[in-house]
Amino acid sequence: MAGSDAHPAPAPMGGRLITPWTVFLGLLALIAVFFIGKRLIFGIGAVSNINDGYPWGIWMVFDLVIGAALSCGGLAMALMVYIFNKGQYHSLVRPALLASAFGYTLAATSLFFDLGRYWNFWHVFWPRYAQANSVIFELAVCMTAYILVMWIEFTPTVMDKLGMQGLRRKFEKWLYVFIGLGVLLPVMHQSSLGSMLVIFGPQINPLWQTPLLPLLFLISCLAMGYSMVIFEASVTSVGFRRPLERKILGSIGLVLKWFLIAWLIARFADLVWRGALDPAFVPGARSLMFWIENILVAIPLFLLWTPAWRGSPQKLFLAAVAMALQGIIYRINCYYTAYDTGDGWNYFPSLPEVMVSLGFIAMEILAFVIVVRLLPVLPAPEPSPNSAPAS
Amino acid sequence: MGMDRRNFLKAASGGTLAASCVPSVQARETRTMPEGAVGLLYDGTLCIGCRACMAACKAENDLPPEFNEIEGSAYWDAPLDLSGRTINIIKAYVGGDSDRKDTLDGYAFTKLSCFHCVDASCVSCCPVAAMTKDPVTGIVSHSKEACIGCRYCVAACPFGVPRFTYDETFPHIAKCQLCRHRMAQGKFAACAEVCPTGATIYGPVKELKKEIARRRALAPGTETEFPRGHIGSGDTHIAPIANYVDHVWGEKEIGGTQVLHLSAVPFDRLDKKPLPDVAPANVSESLQGRIYHGMIAPLAFLGALVFAAKRSAKALGEQGEAGGTDAGDDRKGE
Repeated sequence: MAGSDAHPAPAPMGGRLITPWTVFLGLLALIAVFFIGKRLIFGIGAVSNINDGYPWGIWMVFDLVIGAALSCGGLAMALMVYIFNKGQYHSLVRPALLASAFGYTLAATSLFFDLGRYWNFWHVFWPRYAQANSVIFELAVCMTAYILVMWIEFTPTVMDKLGMQGLRRKFEKWLYVFIGLGVLLPVMHQSSLGSMLVIFGPQINPLWQTPLLPLLFLISCLAMGYSMVIFEASVTSVGFRRPLERKILGSIGLVLKWFLIAWLIARFADLVWRGALDPAFVPGARSLMFWIENILVAIPLFLLWTPAWRGSPQKLFLAAVAMALQGIIYRINCYYTAYDTGDGWNYFPSLPEVMVSLGFIAMEILAFVIVVRLLPVLPAPEPSPNSAPAS
Repeated sequence: MGMDRRNFLKAASGGTLAASCVPSVQARETRTMPEGAVGLLYDGTLCIGCRACMAACKAENDLPPEFNEIEGSAYWDAPLDLSGRTINIIKAYVGGDSDRKDTLDGYAFTKLSCFHCVDASCVSCCPVAAMTKDPVTGIVSHSKEACIGCRYCVAACPFGVPRFTYDETFPHIAKCQLCRHRMAQGKFAACAEVCPTGATIYGPVKELKKEIARRRALAPGTETEFPRGHIGSGDTHIAPIANYVDHVWGEKEIGGTQVLHLSAVPFDRLDKKPLPDVAPANVSESLQGRIYHGMIAPLAFLGALVFAAKRSAKALGEQGEAGGTDAGDDRKGE
């Protein structure tokens, strides 16, 4: 039997696809489709509040910059299981990978509709146009490649379902190449989401503008990735009424703790080194947001400090939520709070803009629910009538 | 053994990241002004605020008028700022009475249009080379045909120059291209051509800089000849030299620009906040260059990752089929 204590085998959840919840999510998705239609016919300005002072709205910053970071669970788990050889976390890889694949695919779709001249999008991949010095070029190529790699990594799940064992064994011989790419590519573009701001130069407040942006974004996205694994596992456990993999999640909490320490060291060493800490003590919206950002690191660090606390599902969950929130606030700070293009510019997302972003999240959750019900993604609940505990 | 591999990887990945993220001193050469660079000199002390340059600019670049409610202009072009339909604008600083020009307690004029940076952020950040800098004239121009509308240039430009037409179904970026299309006809920038006082003049940047040096060397109040249209046009008029501030806007800002401004009022009062001498494009490209130089670091990192993944996959395989191959089959009927 394949299933063991270390990693119980995945199995389809089964169950009904049409529930009040999925209908609600479907409706949210439909509203988003309506506003995207309006955007295509009447232009971005007809649905969005973006302007020349804030040319990037939430479709860019929330859906792409934050969405991709929240989708780092796949990277975080692949790094742990396949690179640092921690096989006991294997049961968390498939759900994390699936959530990431949907997250990234929808971030890319959202970005497509955010492009003013979307019909030219292929220019980014075309040698005659592509401009390699641009961070957006790096992001576009790297994220597209990663989306492909994630769906390739996910194919064994589909093969399991279809019972294509021969094909699967052949495929598995090459899977580690895709696993390698599945770590390299997000490391590249997650750091680029930070590098993207370097060219904004003096328009970004020194509290956030630093050549260390790529490293900070990378550490932050991994911390967010492990938080999201804890978050998603907790929510899945409650939502689908399944036992929580408490011990494994506690160990992930320990990993998260070290990432938080690494983050604090990098963040403050950089600020002190550049002598840029002064704006943090000037009363105002910027310094307030800066300290909120840091309190949100301190909270999970405190909650994850002792093994006993890491063993508590409530504390773990709270820590994960705080850390995910920290990553979100950090990115909002980098892209909005710190950004100053001169007096007189304002941006606050319009209702249609928010509905499009919400609709994309709804589509993502809906797709996740449907897939885990139909395909073997989540570990079979233990004890299961079909799998006698091995070893 | 497992520990060894882990440590190797930690060292490898950590080392790559550390090396790639340390700010580089001089990874990429600082761009210099092309020999034949052309540009504009705008001397705010000569400007009378007639906006003839704005009208000519719109006519020559096929741009529609913009109305605004503040001035109640339902019939004439009255933009308040640059936009997707206005690529050159004259703005006024108002500090006091209208009988004192070019003093802090009076009023002054300033111009905003593309500065044609030596090391332009928009050229560096455009993912599809829609923004390009001419290697001969140094003119920064934009290709609508190539543009994907990502608005990275709008966000990155420290002068707030490129603008976007958000309200159009098929939107586009708009910015001054120094009347590049008129040069083919032997003409020059329309704004300079129509300026009645020579406040805006066109010419090779080298000549413009000589003219700036000449004006700054003269004592305030000295009567002197000011060229109109372009440098060496022969069309001149005589006016007194103003009491210039000791700053030429565009000389050093963001690594230097091809459009230079003179003023008798400090530039920060003219909506021109202090900018560093270093081009952010240089910082950004140096950083990216460090990380991706020849793709060596990413490929080495990938090699280490694939190696580790192969070892781990084997270990997983020994524990049981990776991913539970057979189990999926067993539960198909659930």
